Amino acid sequence: MRRILSILLENEPGALSRIVGLFSQRAFNIESLCVAATDEPTLSRITISTFGDDKVLEQITKQVNKLIDVIKVADLTERPHIEREIVLVKVLAMNNKTRTEVKRIADIFRGDIVDVGKQIYTVQLTGDEDKISSFIDVLNHETEIIEVVRSGTVGIARGEKALRV
Amino acid sequence: MTIERFSGAELLIKALAELDVEYIFGYPGGSVLDIYDAIFRQDAVSHLLVRHEQAATHMADGYTRATGKCGVVLATSGPGNTNCITGIATAYMDSIPMVVLAGQVASNLIGGDAFQETDIVGCSRPIVKHSFNCRSVEELPNVVAKAFYLAETGRPGPVVIELPKDILIPDNTAPFVMEKDVKIRSYNPNVKGHTKQIKKAVEKITKAERLVIYTGGGIVIANAAEQLTALVERLNAPCTNTLMGLGGISGLHDNFIGMLGMHGSVEANKAMANADIILALGARFDDRVTNKVEKFCPNAKIIHVDIDPTSISKTVNAHVPIVGLVDVVIDQITAELDAVGHKPNKDDFKEWWSEINKWRALNSFSYETSKDLIKPQQVIESIYKHTQGDAYICSDVGQHQMFAAQYYPFKKPRQWINSGGLGTMGFGFPAAMGVKVAFPDSHVVCVTGDGSIQMNIQEMSTCLQYNIPVVIVALNNRSLGMVRQWQDMIYGGRHSSSYMESLPDFVKLAEAYGHVGMQINHPDELDSAMEKAFSIKNRLVFVDVLVDEKEHVYPMQIRFGAVDEMWLKKGEKV
Ligand SMILES: Cc1ncc(C[n+]2csc(CCOP(=O)(O)OP(=O)(O)O)c2C)c(N)n1
Ligand SMILES: [Mg+2]
Repeated sequence: MRRILSILLENEPGALSRIVGLFSQRAFNIESLCVAATDEPTLSRITISTFGDDKVLEQITKQVNKLIDVIKVADLTERPHIEREIVLVKVLAMNNKTRTEVKRIADIFRGDIVDVGKQIYTVQLTGDEDKISSFIDVLNHETEIIEVVRSGTVGIARGEKALRV
Repeated sequence: MTIERFSGAELLIKALAELDVEYIFGYPGGSVLDIYDAIFRQDAVSHLLVRHEQAATHMADGYTRATGKCGVVLATSGPGNTNCITGIATAYMDSIPMVVLAGQVASNLIGGDAFQETDIVGCSRPIVKHSFNCRSVEELPNVVAKAFYLAETGRPGPVVIELPKDILIPDNTAPFVMEKDVKIRSYNPNVKGHTKQIKKAVEKITKAERLVIYTGGGIVIANAAEQLTALVERLNAPCTNTLMGLGGISGLHDNFIGMLGMHGSVEANKAMANADIILALGARFDDRVTNKVEKFCPNAKIIHVDIDPTSISKTVNAHVPIVGLVDVVIDQITAELDAVGHKPNKDDFKEWWSEINKWRALNSFSYETSKDLIKPQQVIESIYKHTQGDAYICSDVGQHQMFAAQYYPFKKPRQWINSGGLGTMGFGFPAAMGVKVAFPDSHVVCVTGDGSIQMNIQEMSTCLQYNIPVVIVALNNRSLGMVRQWQDMIYGGRHSSSYMESLPDFVKLAEAYGHVGMQINHPDELDSAMEKAFSIKNRLVFVDVLVDEKEHVYPMQIRFGAVDEMWLKKGEKV
């Protein structure tokens, strides 16, 4: 089962490597990982998209919690939450037909064309993993994709619930 | 008034002294020479020079296991640090506090593949509780205080502090400021068991018909042996210890049913398999205990108490998980027993005991003696006799380790010192040295094998330098016995590389290092020679005992079987 873990941890050198090391050492999966400082500069927030059954997830959560730098861990997928990922896709747009088509697809998905070259369009889109994957599929059908960069998922709980110190 | 300033090296030693550190176990090199100079110029903290950094880690470890005080290791950057890895991993697996002071090249050189630069924090990351990259002279004392706090509290473990040379040198100074009352916002180690869970546990315990109390190293680490014994007596329950937990209850206690697991007693493994309630205290259901997890105690409800939540329901599912310090939780359980009006009754578990006593009667540790070959089991019994059962027994890894665990009943916790989790050959001798340093007036015995002893034999030189007169008893079977046993049982008797074909003359070797060497090769000499060995004070004695090389360790769990499926002896199962 796919899960999204939110981890609040000390913004210190080595903290990230401990998290990543833990996942590889214990053979846990990482589908995507996002990390950045929070509004409180001494804290970082990591979002990890992973998968595993309940037993594995219980171990992952406990093991992550056990790391000294880690302050809080939450499984976002347990409750209503919002997930977002951003993708930048560079596609070939050689002729008018393709350009129109790429623009149309971007519009349907509410993406933006953020860079235009002689033969190239770069499209930006935000959404959850599914939306982004189907966007890439559709583009792939229409033209040649040259490069894809996905940010990995970030997420936040709906409502009052907050991951803070 | 000017505030006195110190170099990082001086601050470090001051901090250690402030934390009551008596000894540093270490080995010098370029990156840490300022620390060595600071050590030289004071006398609050002593330094013991080993002959290999691995031995420093095991020495610190042995010192800690015997005293409960956090050991300190000092090593230079690069090879000095990497030589510590095995010892750090050994401590980590057995939850032993340790602070490793790891020299590093100067900050401006880090990352540039400088001479003797290794990323020790990176190398040790999976085998430490935590590590620090100390980056300024000002923060040094507080980093040290934090390192000790983390190493010693909660589930203890090793902590590495990386110390770049530029923060140690004389021209980089700071005042001594150290916050001893450490708080770390992301770390809260003082955990009491959840009241609701304690109630549930007591409900199960009081209704149990076939209760087993199964305890591990957690009881030893938490100094909870007395509380455990009181609980065992109050419930009149059978108690079994893991290899790490031996001494948690006296090996001579009536309620003690022996070690469990791969080479445990029949009664311990049988009791586990037939229990309805298992109370696990500071133990972690290691695969050397459970045998095949899927077949492990299918009918038992498990109450699992551990300070580390990751240990609970990791291998075996716990029905009543209790996260907490084991000494605190035992008190809570005892109080709850009082609250529900539980009264001790010596007839409790009467039927259960009569069943257990039948397994006991199988006498699974019996062995046959021979007229002209010394049996390894006999050697351990002889050590017991000549140390009045009061020695610290520090073991290496192999058959001799299992024999020591089986045939030397430990009366007290911390008396039995071995590398249980990692199984590190080469651990026993330096660990014994660390114990002897702490308890010079006690018998400290290193029980070892002809293979293991050679993994840190160079430390005989350290023993001469500092007069550390441990007694080394090598159960010399001219082979890597435990490997050979598996080859006999599982690999059709093909002894691939399990012989030691060119053993040194251990007697001469001990003498060459300035110690006493003795060899025993006939059963008739065993007792008198042992008596002599233990009567020599103030000299290290190396006793090379030539034992029957064919002996196997029994009982032994049958691979992939249930916890109680065992070979009793060759060709005989229970
Ligand atoms: C550092 C290390 N290398 C290899 C092993 C695997 N191993 C376990 S027991 C053993 C044999 C030990 O031989 P010896 O010390 O002579 O003890 P014996 O079993 O003969 O009593 C070996 C090689 C180990 N535990 N540790
Ligand atoms: Mg041997």
